Amino acid sequence: MSVIEDAIVWLNDPLNWTNPDGIFARTAEHLWISAAAVALGCAVAWPLGVLMGHVGRGGPAVVTVTNLSRAVPTVALLTIFPLTAIGFGPPAIILALSLFAIPPLLANAYLGLREVDPEVRDAGRGMGLSGWQLLRKVELPLAVPYLANGFRIAAVQVVATATLAAYVNGGGLGMIISRGFGLGLASGGGQVLAGGLLVALLCLAVEGVLALAEKALLPKSLRRVKHRPPASVADALPAGS
Amino acid sequence: MPSKLNDAVLGLGAPGDDPRNPWFSWSYVSQNTDTLLAALREHLFLTLVAVTLATVIAIPLAILAYRVGSLAGPILGFTGVLYTIPSLALFAFLAPFTGIVKPTTVLIGLTMYALLTIVRNTLTALRQVPADVLDSARGMGYGKRAMLWRIELPLALPGIMTGLRIATVSTVALVTVGELAGWGGLGELIIGGFNSNYYRPQIMTATLLCVALALVLDLVLLAVGRIVMPWTRRRAA
Repeated sequence: MSVIEDAIVWLNDPLNWTNPDGIFARTAEHLWISAAAVALGCAVAWPLGVLMGHVGRGGPAVVTVTNLSRAVPTVALLTIFPLTAIGFGPPAIILALSLFAIPPLLANAYLGLREVDPEVRDAGRGMGLSGWQLLRKVELPLAVPYLANGFRIAAVQVVATATLAAYVNGGGLGMIISRGFGLGLASGGGQVLAGGLLVALLCLAVEGVLALAEKALLPKSLRRVKHRPPASVADALPAGS
Repeated sequence: MPSKLNDAVLGLGAPGDDPRNPWFSWSYVSQNTDTLLAALREHLFLTLVAVTLATVIAIPLAILAYRVGSLAGPILGFTGVLYTIPSLALFAFLAPFTGIVKPTTVLIGLTMYALLTIVRNTLTALRQVPADVLDSARGMGYGKRAMLWRIELPLALPGIMTGLRIATVSTVALVTVGELAGWGGLGELIIGGFNSNYYRPQIMTATLLCVALALVLDLVLLAVGRIVMPWTRRRAA
């Protein structure tokens, strides 16, 4: 039980919170790296997914991307990218993480556009909307619940995966855990446990905040749409975190 | 000129790259075959034990959740929360108690993640068995047990196999995270290569082996599925 006491003692030391590499700094680092990765993922995956969904092609490609991303270890990409022309530092980490944000974003964007009722689409076309107008005024608004769902899944996953940046000294809350392991479990066990707790709390908090935001921000008319994203898309997540 | 060509061939080469640190080198592979095979064996061992344990626990759990409706919520909720927690944090919770001398920490963590994929897929598959089929089976006098073994499980098998495949591929990738907890299979070579002077051939070879292992295991399970479920083969043909 002394490990638990060690963890409590470690968490109770104010210096562990306010140091330049303390909990506050690490959390901020963790969050901005994750936010940048999700933003980059959205910038790539949403236009692509929306376009493929609008045209109605590329379903197999989405599945392939999802399956492939499951087989590639996050740790490997985090290790390889800093050794390329990108160099060490946050850009390599952000790029590696954004690749793992793409599958859920892409799959949900594609699915969101495919799930638009064909009759609604027909009605829009019958009213003389061009392809572009149909996309902007009919399909995109109806796909918003799916885009939001994909965003939430991707964001939670990236925040979780960003922990692994610690393997390449890339910052974030995972560093607290890896430093603890570095001290050996006899003396660093408390820190390892405390770090694990902090990471888990951060991830659950992000999940909770985004779930609430999704509920609060989505217009009522869209929330009533019965066809929620099926479990298959949520399950199509890579579990590489 | 040759160096530029070399960079172009390697694709990933950065300007000013050290030619003694290429992305791939056969001499590395031939000189370190034993190390690579040992890591591959450890990786395979961790994956197989974790997925087998997860399957043995998950399928009864999913059947329980399917039969006892009030348990489905808590079981799915628990797996959802677990899914949100990163593997490294889970290892951090376990390691101070289970230690890093034996692979216990890593195996418990990997089993829990595989477990939740299999539980979710099995439950979804069982719930998708058509109600008319269940009705006619009941009409033919099937009892609860016979129904489970001869109707519900066989009809849910394709979904269960999908869950197994996803869990296996994910576990292969996830094993690498075990490096910090002392048991990472090929992950030890990946991180080890990074920590010892960014040794690219080792990182790349271990990564490729890892992806190859995932694909091979996926194909094996696909083949097993086809043998066990001949009816899906006929439908596809």
